[in-house]
Amino acid sequence: MGDPLRFRDDQAPEESAVSLDAFLGQSNASTVRIEAGDDVRLLLPEIDRVQLVEIDFPRFRDGRGFSSARILREAGYKGEIRATGDVLVDLVFFMRRCGFDSFEPDVPLNPADVEAALNRYPEVYQDATDGRVPIWAKRHPHEQHG
Amino acid sequence: MYKYDQYDRAMVDARVEEFRDQTRRRIAGHLTDDQFKPLRLKNGLYLQLHAYMLRVAIPYGTLNSAQMHKLADISRRYDRGYGHFTTRQNIQYNWIKLEEAPDILAELATVEMHAIQTSGESVRNVSADQYAGAAADEIIDPRPWAEVIRQITTFMPEFSYLPRKFKIAVIASVEDRAALRWHDFAIRIVRNPNPENGAGEIGFECYAGGGMGRTPFIACKIRDFLPAGQIFSYLQAVLRVWNRHARRDNIHKQRMKILVHDLGEEEFRRQVEEEFQHFLTLGQDVPQAEYDRIAACFAPPPFETGLADEIDRSDPDFALWVDRQTVTHKAPGYAIVNISLKPIGGIPGDISAEQMDIVADLAAKYSFDEVRATHVQNLVLPHVRKQDLHAVWQALTGAGLADVNLDLVTDIIACPGLDYCSLANARSIPVAQKIAERFADIGKQQDIGELKVKISGCINACGHHHAAHIGILGVDRKGTENYQLLLGGSGAEDTSPARITGPGFDEAGVVDAVERAIERYRELREPGERFLDTYRRVGLDSFKEAIYG
Amino acid sequence: MKILTGNDLKTGKVVWWDGSGWSLHVEDAVDAGEHADVILATETAACRVNGGYAVDAAAGADGRIRPAHIKDRIRAYGPTVRPDLTLKPADPEAGNWVI
Repeated sequence: MGDPLRFRDDQAPEESAVSLDAFLGQSNASTVRIEAGDDVRLLLPEIDRVQLVEIDFPRFRDGRGFSSARILREAGYKGEIRATGDVLVDLVFFMRRCGFDSFEPDVPLNPADVEAALNRYPEVYQDATDGRVPIWAKRHPHEQHG
Repeated sequence: MYKYDQYDRAMVDARVEEFRDQTRRRIAGHLTDDQFKPLRLKNGLYLQLHAYMLRVAIPYGTLNSAQMHKLADISRRYDRGYGHFTTRQNIQYNWIKLEEAPDILAELATVEMHAIQTSGESVRNVSADQYAGAAADEIIDPRPWAEVIRQITTFMPEFSYLPRKFKIAVIASVEDRAALRWHDFAIRIVRNPNPENGAGEIGFECYAGGGMGRTPFIACKIRDFLPAGQIFSYLQAVLRVWNRHARRDNIHKQRMKILVHDLGEEEFRRQVEEEFQHFLTLGQDVPQAEYDRIAACFAPPPFETGLADEIDRSDPDFALWVDRQTVTHKAPGYAIVNISLKPIGGIPGDISAEQMDIVADLAAKYSFDEVRATHVQNLVLPHVRKQDLHAVWQALTGAGLADVNLDLVTDIIACPGLDYCSLANARSIPVAQKIAERFADIGKQQDIGELKVKISGCINACGHHHAAHIGILGVDRKGTENYQLLLGGSGAEDTSPARITGPGFDEAGVVDAVERAIERYRELREPGERFLDTYRRVGLDSFKEAIYG
Repeated sequence: MKILTGNDLKTGKVVWWDGSGWSLHVEDAVDAGEHADVILATETAACRVNGGYAVDAAAGADGRIRPAHIKDRIRAYGPTVRPDLTLKPADPEAGNWVI
């Protein structure tokens, strides 16, 4: 597997990820792996020592990881969130909106396809965690938003 | 009606180009069918028994004449001259070519239509009361809120791959014409009953966890009153609880209804409320100004005042049609017209291109340019002057669209069944045709009175058999078609699930069984009782005795 | 016997393996025998068929090949409720073959 596709300027952590249980049970890890069925909120009390959260997609149809990423961002987590597993290029746009900022799928993504997918939609209809201004707010620039 | 602005247009245009690119990659062999399937499904394109099938979204069932003409045009140019209205107020084409599907989406975009939210594991096209804006009993027109919901649920990033599909309905009256509590999430628009805190304010009574399919559940009320402006936060809370906690190991147990049932109403409600309080802090709800902008698109048409309410009933055929097919309108001098797509011996919900054009012309001339599709697979002209009813009836008669059977035994819901659908186990349409032929006599139908017959060709229940007074479910019994009979369901405000009567029948046998059930009702009924009322009073056993002897 | 069916990728039309290619007519279907999986894999990979699968079939009393399951007979014929849209619109008896 090659390097992950990253949308961050900092250095990628090199430590390999431990499971959520292992992370909560040991004090020095800074990289944690969230499986689709894990409750990511258990991580929040320890979030200050996390540098990288890997969120796994066992099948592209399993969308639990989208919620996990967004919950982390809503709690103020600023570190890296990496999507692993069965990640399709057609989902990268939605993943970026939920706070994923690096990708290391089982089958590597073609960067040109990713670029095209990320630029496909000129607008968004709703808030997520990426700070993009939803259409309704553009329609009403004087309304308070966010 | 809602009008797209430059933002809505840009989104739909981008969608068309995306699908054009995906289709090109598939035909060139760069995508396998496994990879392409979820992409085409997100655009309403299925591979069915005979060809590709395209399902086009009709948000909350509202169409204008230009859109109806476009649907006719597409059926002629890209299909085989007809379309099929579904139980989710959408329309399907049965003979689509993959290589032409992107062009069809581009054609639809020219009249502000699309196939988004018509398939896949996402929030589906929002359904609503087909009489919205015309019904005498509504608090407000529910469509502006349905449109708000359509926009905020379009391409929701967190909920791109939900455990299963998610269906929403919105109504604003006590009478339920939208099968509200058979939905995953449902809203009845109400005024705040609390006199100390914003009495009279518009908000939502919320229901969750309804659904048909293999395991039918009726949605439970999860909130008495939600301030309307908080809908985005609340909907996200419901979706997040479900997305995180639903089972993912068995496709038949992943719908919202199973989670609500497994957690219990109380615990589900508690989790939703907790998540809701969190979302409220994010400040992402749509402001009143945006609702007002959308609501302005749905301002009542300029109804004339001082119109006569009298109708010349000297033609008995016309009088019969008026009595059965028209409904009280909120504006004096106007009526709501129901157009039956259930001719005796026809295919429920099917309509030819020529008929679509005629309905579109009638809408333009007589109904402020509006048509509605109903979940019962009929059409509605919502705003017709009573003085124009005769002209409308004559035009409908000429088009073969003046059948008189609204809510009667021949107004049958039927899914496409094994004649078209790759999921089906048995044919639905021939059963509907044979029942309709047996009860073709209008005098007999009127004597039987309100009777809702609904037929599904498999357990997915697209034909709403669980919500039928008399339901029929087609199953595969060792390679032959077999039909189970169900009684006592309702999709109206008196919602209830139907119960299976006993062993199944072959096609001829189930038609006979329906007749025996109806005969038993006629023997037992008391004055004013509908079939459903008699069934509820006397119970299943009496009907079983009549059916099985 | 085992016959092979699927849909044409571009048009979606129902097709049957005739030994060298894909025919619109079930009458042309041949017994794929033990080669079914290999043929399906090759033809699917080459995008000559979409959603292909093997079905049981037998020759009927008239010698015509008849898929064992009603679903495949409806695929072969067309919707029984619209004989005008089937492959045999002029033959009023054709639908009887399905049932």
